[in-house]
Amino acid sequence: MTLKNNWVQLAILAVIIVILPTFFPSGYYYRVGALVFVNALSVVGLVILIGYAGQISLGHAGFAGIGAYACALAPVHLGIPPVLAILLGAAISAVLALLIGRPILRLKGYYLGVATLGFGILVSMVLSNERGLTGGPDGMSVPSLGLRPLLRDMGLRLSGGEFWYIFNAAALLIGIWIAINLYQSATGRAMRALHGSETAAQTVGIDVARFKLQAFIISAVYASVGGSLLALQNGFITPDVAGFMHSVEMVTMAVLGGVGSVLGATFGAAVLTLLPQILTVFHEYEHLVLGLVMILVMIFLPLGLLPSLAARIRWRGV
Amino acid sequence: MSILEISGLGISFGGLRAVNDVGFSVNPGEIVSAIGPNGAGKTTLFNMISGVYLPDAGSVKLNGEDVTAKAPHILAKKGLTRTFQNLQIFQEMTVLENVVAGFHLTENPSVWADLLSLPSARRRSAEVCEKALQLLEKVHLSKAAEEEAGNLSYGALKRLEIARALAVGPQVLLLDEPAAGCNAVETEEIDELIVELAKSGIAILLVEHDMKMVMRISNHIVVLDHGEKIAEGTPEDVSRNPDVIAAYLGTEEEPAHADG
Repeated sequence: MTLKNNWVQLAILAVIIVILPTFFPSGYYYRVGALVFVNALSVVGLVILIGYAGQISLGHAGFAGIGAYACALAPVHLGIPPVLAILLGAAISAVLALLIGRPILRLKGYYLGVATLGFGILVSMVLSNERGLTGGPDGMSVPSLGLRPLLRDMGLRLSGGEFWYIFNAAALLIGIWIAINLYQSATGRAMRALHGSETAAQTVGIDVARFKLQAFIISAVYASVGGSLLALQNGFITPDVAGFMHSVEMVTMAVLGGVGSVLGATFGAAVLTLLPQILTVFHEYEHLVLGLVMILVMIFLPLGLLPSLAARIRWRGV
Repeated sequence: MSILEISGLGISFGGLRAVNDVGFSVNPGEIVSAIGPNGAGKTTLFNMISGVYLPDAGSVKLNGEDVTAKAPHILAKKGLTRTFQNLQIFQEMTVLENVVAGFHLTENPSVWADLLSLPSARRRSAEVCEKALQLLEKVHLSKAAEEEAGNLSYGALKRLEIARALAVGPQVLLLDEPAAGCNAVETEEIDELIVELAKSGIAILLVEHDMKMVMRISNHIVVLDHGEKIAEGTPEDVSRNPDVIAAYLGTEEEPAHADG
């Protein structure tokens, strides 16, 4: 049994998002929640690429980097507001995804993985080396989004943590809504069909190259918006956002949570974002435990955390 | 006029001439079968006609238009589709979704409308779903519509593949061993279905090992051996042809193996 991507998943998540803050012991947890949501948004994009269309990318942090630095640079150099810088970053990412996707999506499996890996490394090297523009490996500050003062003038006082919790949650819910629309649509079916059998997909008239490319572009936009929100939330950004480790982290979150399901992806993002915070009690063994957890999950819950658990308890209808 | 015209088709793999100078034609509403012993080149021939392999000689004409070596998705658009000897099913999709995916060209999706779930896209999906259910009815699979396709029996998957191919709305349908691995009852069902499809005007090209079925339903038979066409004609002609008997059924010294 697989988790179907439908409105029930969206509703469950919305309820969790609303209820969760009542359990927060301090304002710090709003920040953690906001971070979970922004990671989950990028991972939902990967669910479309990996889970729907069956293609791999080990370089999606490159798009996150583009989104992040668009928000850091565009307001300063082009004078456009940060909100529009998010859209500018997304547009640049989409065009780049179109240009590089066309040639590299002919590759399959490991070869595609390595080609996308090269793209991610390229972006992070450019960001590290263009010191004059990006400040190099030391990073640079990111202008504030400017929405919070606006809300204050309207009489709504929110702490930074509360604001980003709400803002990122809204972005995530919209992202998931779009991903569910796609899943149930003809475009999504074409993607899932070519995942199942490219040969058969072609015989029913599906232009396989076109739909792989669409999945790649859409997932690049998700990663880009995720990168933008991360930059704006932190107010500071380094080239690490585009680094290889971030790409791997994103894929791990998707696979750990259950790559076919948007709710699973969110769950995976939550686990991998929270686990390091919890594991700080293990001090230097933190990474060891984290790695061990991941290995065990893949051995015993190969479909990913959520779909495997759902299958065990026969959670029908979700 | 023939809807599908094959002439001089050939391909080599390394030094092996797998198919050489094969030509024949198929008319609307006609069932043409390609038969021959294992390794005669039947599936290779299919793969060339359906755009999976690139032939190095000859041509394929669909409705008078040269479509040699066109990609399968282009051929589907022009009205030619096929099923596979080794099943090619979208395993993780439901039975209904498999057939709905077959209506891809009818739906002609727009990515923006689909991302935002615009009413136009939803309406078209609903219409197509209705048609897909009718096709499932036709192949006796409507009860399994919501099941994951991977859970179906082999015979049911064979029928699902035919339903999916029909969703494309083909003028020419290539069926690669549609009855392989099916029991007698299932074979008979598929048999009836193929005859019915031909009656509706679809040109059918069939590869099948079940000789009883081939002799019963074919209008015309093309016999291949070692990649060459050795005979062609009505079932009666072909079954009396001494070359065919020698190559296909074995000579008198050997016991005959009708199932090749």
